[in-house]
Amino acid sequence: MRRLLVLLCLLAAGRAWALDPAAVGRLAFGDGDERIAAIGALLASGEPRVTEVLQAFAAGELQTAGERVLIVRGEEGFDAASGQRVAPLPPEREDVVANNRLRSAAQAALASLKLLAPERAARLEAARALSGSVDPATAPLLRKALEVEGDGEIRALLAMAVASLDLASDDRATRLAAIRMLGESSNAAVQPLLAAAVKDPDAEIRSAAKLSLIEVEGRLKWGEILGLLFAGVSLGSILMLAALGLAITYGLMGVINMAHGELIMIGAYTAYVVQNAFRSMGLFEWYLLAAVPASFAVAALVGMLLERSVIRWLYGRPLETLLATWGISLVLIQGVRTLFGAQNVPVENPAWVSGGIAVMSNLTLPWNRIAIIVFAAAVLAAIGLLLARTRLGLFVRGVTQNREMASCVGVPTARVDTLAFGLGAGLAGLAGCALSQIGNVGPDLGQGYIVDSFLVVVFGGVGQLGGTVYAALMLGFANKFLEAWSGAVIAKIVVLVFIVFFIQSRPQGLFALKGRAA
Amino acid sequence: MTRLYGARGWAALGVLAAILFVVFPALSLGVPAGSPFHLSQYWVTLIGKIMCYAVVAIAMDLVWGYSGILSLGHGLFFALGGYALGMYLMRQIGRQGQYQSELPDFMVFLDWKELPWHWWNTDQFWWAALLAVLVPGLLAFAFGYFAFRSRVKGVYFSIITQALTFAAMLLFFRNNTGFGGNNGFTDFKRILGYGITEPETRMALFAATGAVLIGTLLVARWIVTSRFGRVLEAIRDAETRVAFCGYNTLHYKLFVFTLSAVICGIAGALYVPQVGIINPGEMSPANSIEIAIWVAVGGRGTLVGAIAGAGLVNFAKSLFTVWFPEYWLYFLGLLFILVTLFLPRGIVGLARGTRTGAA
Repeated sequence: MRRLLVLLCLLAAGRAWALDPAAVGRLAFGDGDERIAAIGALLASGEPRVTEVLQAFAAGELQTAGERVLIVRGEEGFDAASGQRVAPLPPEREDVVANNRLRSAAQAALASLKLLAPERAARLEAARALSGSVDPATAPLLRKALEVEGDGEIRALLAMAVASLDLASDDRATRLAAIRMLGESSNAAVQPLLAAAVKDPDAEIRSAAKLSLIEVEGRLKWGEILGLLFAGVSLGSILMLAALGLAITYGLMGVINMAHGELIMIGAYTAYVVQNAFRSMGLFEWYLLAAVPASFAVAALVGMLLERSVIRWLYGRPLETLLATWGISLVLIQGVRTLFGAQNVPVENPAWVSGGIAVMSNLTLPWNRIAIIVFAAAVLAAIGLLLARTRLGLFVRGVTQNREMASCVGVPTARVDTLAFGLGAGLAGLAGCALSQIGNVGPDLGQGYIVDSFLVVVFGGVGQLGGTVYAALMLGFANKFLEAWSGAVIAKIVVLVFIVFFIQSRPQGLFALKGRAA
Repeated sequence: MTRLYGARGWAALGVLAAILFVVFPALSLGVPAGSPFHLSQYWVTLIGKIMCYAVVAIAMDLVWGYSGILSLGHGLFFALGGYALGMYLMRQIGRQGQYQSELPDFMVFLDWKELPWHWWNTDQFWWAALLAVLVPGLLAFAFGYFAFRSRVKGVYFSIITQALTFAAMLLFFRNNTGFGGNNGFTDFKRILGYGITEPETRMALFAATGAVLIGTLLVARWIVTSRFGRVLEAIRDAETRVAFCGYNTLHYKLFVFTLSAVICGIAGALYVPQVGIINPGEMSPANSIEIAIWVAVGGRGTLVGAIAGAGLVNFAKSLFTVWFPEYWLYFLGLLFILVTLFLPRGIVGLARGTRTGAA
């Protein structure tokens, strides 16, 4: 309520008091630097009408008629300084031309003017945009905004911005206060400011700056560590999704499916097709609900078809299976290129999985990543239940352990093979659907995952799903932590080489099945 | 030990040598460019390139066809040989590069002041040639030692060699690795002081490749017909039984794998000056698998089949990429599928009829 009153007062004040005509004049008639200064002066006045004038300036609606500066929209004209309507328009008018430098100065000024906007969301956004380094020209506006701001969160942001300005103040006490204030910040941008203050000649300022810097760094450290952990879980869940299907086709059935990556790709393209269909029906927001089962179904169908037509004839000849399925992958890639073109296709996030939640100032968790982690966990639970509790799962486990015996007691092993392969392929499709939410969808999508997913399965130990889960998470963490230390490519190489040598010293993987079943 | 080849075999080799060393040079250099019998540079390069592939295919046949080790790392050994000689070729450019610097262009571009350590002595041809043999050989030896010692075999071996190749590709894609990153090496000017685009130089490289091809074939044939080769085949068919008979299978596999890598390195070193470019794309896992399909098409465990397969597939590739590029992958993919399903012994196996051979 208080806010509203203040705001009304301000608006009323703006109406009553016109802008400084001299500043408006300089904006229209001055040379480059004068006009920049004029923008600063207008901004410092904090009058609401500044917005209108600057907007008109940036939009090229400012015109001059003799000494007067007008805002001209179509056939209507207003005096820029007073806001009074000017009718009739003077016939002799000239455009006020703004160059890029001026236009961007005006844009920046307009952005900071949002700090006085009536909507809380707009003010919050403007306040967030103020990073540690604040343009001194906006100082008066900032102080004014801080004065009238009622919202706690925005106030804190503004106070930080003001403090970072005060750091350059001549008054020692002001600077000390600013340094202490910045110590409570958890914004990475204040680090260089404080680091500069640490070199100050004044000993007291130096020690205060040091303390504040340590505090800020400690707070940021947490954000970084949590961010790394999250990235690790996220990558781990992606790897797990990509590898789960393989854990069934390779791990349980012993089929080397080099086309696994392409089944992932097919899942992603299915998501794309469903997206387009739903968009044309106007239900874009909900397409994922249909895309998930559709991806599973399409990939599973393709998988079963492949099993019946090609892979069936190659059981027991793993190297031949490897080559034949590689051939399948080439055909699938080219097929998708023929159908959808060689370019990547756009798959967009619905609103409910875009954006993220800001947990800390330097840690924002994107919703799509969170969704994939949840999704991966759900898929894992479902597949675990399927294998452990259903009749099909029982058959699959039976055939895996002892094909002849299973066949003897009446398990239709051929059909179980087809269904199990379809299940693995369908899981690849689900992975594709998930990947479509975070990366590019193109014909080569699967190629990037095939090496990784095989390594995850082999690393975890062939023959059971548990190892795959642990291996995926471990590799996800290892990759992300190494990445923070050495860069993405080196991290990936180190992880690959590590697995290669790990497998050489322990070919059965992390978790070997005991006894003869492996 | 059986004889290398029968009378007909030697005669066929003699004809091949005559074509490579007499007919082709005569058609290329002796016949004027306008004549219909003239062998253009395009064909010299294409056939030279395919011969390099054929050498790689023989190397692959040794480890896969005869020893049952499907390596998906042979593209890596090939590329390493190519990079080794490529370093020499880059140094031979001298100051004629874009930036007129002693350093290769990409290093100037990265603002490097001196050559990194692994470029030491690469202005010497003998050193580069030695590297082309040593680097793939040592890598294969070290890798094979650990892998075979812990009895990594079959598909496992394929997967980890593929992972190794993939890791190497990522490494070579980095600019900071010092191998030209994405673009690799290109724009070569001279080899051993001779202009690399001169028809005579090209023909010399072509003839050298032909000699290496015939030499590799003879060495491989000598190995597989020797007692050593019998053990290799026995390892392929029943490794455990061979081990129980008292053979140390590690030594046999390690030797053949290392030799195979060395041959690939030589082929790569011959490939780069003829094709004029080497980049990390050569290390992509797809290339290594393609080598396997050449051998599979020709017929595993036949050596001649490897040459035929490499020739046929790559010739088809050249035709497809000129006439209908978008169907090449369909063709290659179907080739993979159909050959493994219906032609397990390849075209040579088909030609030899029902003779029982490699499984």
